[in-house]
Amino acid sequence: MTQISRRTLLAATAAAPLIRPARAQGKPIRIGVMNDQSGPYRDIAGMASVSGVRLAVQEMAGSVGAEVLFADHQNKPDVGAGIARQWFDRDGVDLIMDVNTSSVALAVNQVCKEKDRAYINVGAATTDLTGPQCTPVTVHWSYDTWMLARSTGGAVAQAGGDSWYFLTADYVFGQQLQRDTTGFVTRSGGKVLGASAYPFPGTTDFSSFLISAQASGAKVLGLANAGTDTVNSIKQAVEFGLTRQMKIAALLMYISDVHGLGLETAQGLYMTESFYWDLNDRTRAFSERFKALYPGARPNMDNAGCYAGALHYLKAAKDMGVAAAQASGAAAVARMKAMPTMDDAFGAARIREDGLTLFPTYLFQVKTPAESRGPWDYLKVVVTTPAEQAWKPLAESGCPLVRL
Amino acid sequence: MGVTTVLPRTTAARPFSVFGFSSAQAVAFLLLLAAIVLAPFGIYPVFLMKVLCFALFACAFNLLIGFVGLLSFGHAAYFGMGSYVTAWTAKTWGLTPEIAILLGGLTGGLLGCVFGALAIRRQGLYFAMITLALAQMNYFFCLQAPFTGGEDGIQQVPRGNLFGLISLRSDMAMYVVVAVVFLVFFLLIHRVVHSPFGQVLKAIRENEPRATSLGYRTDDYKLIAFVLSTFIAGIAGGTKALVFGIATLTDVNYAMSGEVVLMNLLGGMGTIFGPVIGAGIIQWTENALAGAGAWVTVTQGVIFVACVLMFRRGVVGEIAALIKRPL
Repeated sequence: MTQISRRTLLAATAAAPLIRPARAQGKPIRIGVMNDQSGPYRDIAGMASVSGVRLAVQEMAGSVGAEVLFADHQNKPDVGAGIARQWFDRDGVDLIMDVNTSSVALAVNQVCKEKDRAYINVGAATTDLTGPQCTPVTVHWSYDTWMLARSTGGAVAQAGGDSWYFLTADYVFGQQLQRDTTGFVTRSGGKVLGASAYPFPGTTDFSSFLISAQASGAKVLGLANAGTDTVNSIKQAVEFGLTRQMKIAALLMYISDVHGLGLETAQGLYMTESFYWDLNDRTRAFSERFKALYPGARPNMDNAGCYAGALHYLKAAKDMGVAAAQASGAAAVARMKAMPTMDDAFGAARIREDGLTLFPTYLFQVKTPAESRGPWDYLKVVVTTPAEQAWKPLAESGCPLVRL
Repeated sequence: MGVTTVLPRTTAARPFSVFGFSSAQAVAFLLLLAAIVLAPFGIYPVFLMKVLCFALFACAFNLLIGFVGLLSFGHAAYFGMGSYVTAWTAKTWGLTPEIAILLGGLTGGLLGCVFGALAIRRQGLYFAMITLALAQMNYFFCLQAPFTGGEDGIQQVPRGNLFGLISLRSDMAMYVVVAVVFLVFFLLIHRVVHSPFGQVLKAIRENEPRATSLGYRTDDYKLIAFVLSTFIAGIAGGTKALVFGIATLTDVNYAMSGEVVLMNLLGGMGTIFGPVIGAGIIQWTENALAGAGAWVTVTQGVIFVACVLMFRRGVVGEIAALIKRPL
């Protein structure tokens, strides 16, 4: 056994493609999808988001040739920045997509700016991507902390939730989500009684934080976290009987999380997404096509954003010529901003100067098991916020690219 | 963990010696030099810089485990703090890279001075456990301290201009700097090991009570070796921070402490060239298996078991035993 395993091991390492390939002209566009594929965010992004990009590539295959690569950044900024560098220097990647986890997203953002390669961030929430750290190569799709805070936070605060306690993932995403939600809560006359920040990633037991939350006497437990962290904290809050005294506001939740929790536990929760598969005929048609590539699940706003972002980039590349799009990420993104976006998932929209993509957002309530008519029929629309009001005003953007 | 001896029993009456290199070592060094010069033309330079940073880190660690017989299980603390301080000073104060790296090294050395003074009072497993405990305390400090940026790390660290003159933006320019830093400290370690001071260190490794009975204040020698090792670990961490433009918790995590032990075991501790080879192998597997996620750790575990079962002296150690010459 030892002989064979050692030999295969050696073969595997020797075969590692360390040699730089020369980049020839007329190469197809290469899209690198980087996200969490093994950690707490694997279910919301992972291979489902890769499938979203693949679907866009498939649909554009007639006019623009493209290949899809993917990698796991393990939620570590240094790993993400390393992969990005390697993709650009060695593998000739032209566009990086998704990159959930805000800390990694910001690290990759810098590499893309330095190398002048296009970057469509879908999975990260930080408003810094289109704010102080915005770049000419960056586009932000699907959602950000401001939009979540306004929709879910604002709705819960207006419905009488005037005292809050936050459970926050202790990195840039959680901190900003808490900050932005606090803004909306205080603006509508509420107050924040306390917060527990927990180390990310790696925390699975939230019991001590939930007890502090209970002791604070707040009416609302604001969850400034995501992925399996959200799922675990909701499950544990229900087990602790927290829901009898407090309302849970899951500030970032995806339909995949509802699926993970089950309707029995999740019913009645408010959540915000910019996409739902059952909104209209076009979203339903898109979801059917998505299912062919990624069976067993309906797309969430991250997966759909990966599809729509890639589709728009490929359309822009077709419009300006593939070689020109490959030559400069800034030029490709400038063309993307100049063209209105149009796809089955989000409908018509546009990309603002600071890179933020503007479309309507939806406040959903999770259906009760009785209301649900079948698998993945989980959400009902409570409020639709038009694109002009849903996002942070350009005047507050703080992006150096914006000249007012 | 026992330290196997593959080193020369005596250094007297050596027929050939340049800078303390025996003939076999001189050949190995020339090969290493040739590899460092030629590799960037075929292999991705950023990957090579990473290998060199880790090789230097492993060499610093080897100075302790290989030549004093001290198993420090918290070397990530010095590597990581070096990386944080270099990143912070280069970014916030806009210091030039050579000064930032030096400050990183001094931070590692200073931390090593404090931690080392506490830890060398105990021996064997207790020494290892104390260094691990102190490193974990340092980890939580880094997690909470505002200047490290917590989970986000210190991002957007500029590579800056060497001596304020030469821009290091291009990977090749940076590679030259990293290669020079590596070679300087590699040769320094070699020189230290083959100095009279180094002979005393080896005497302590072989039999500490006997070294004491000969009149050496062994605690002082151990502390000096410890501080030297942590200083170089800080230099390695600082250099890595500049290469990647980022300093994060990965560098202070206990996993990093374990990885450097693995590099030494695999390459051959107590040999001059072993840690370099070990670092190369570990980084190569990590790179090749990057797509496999958690399987990297599993593979490293398998390599570790295979190494302990089949070639306990490590790659270079086994070669040295084969040609019956120290490497």
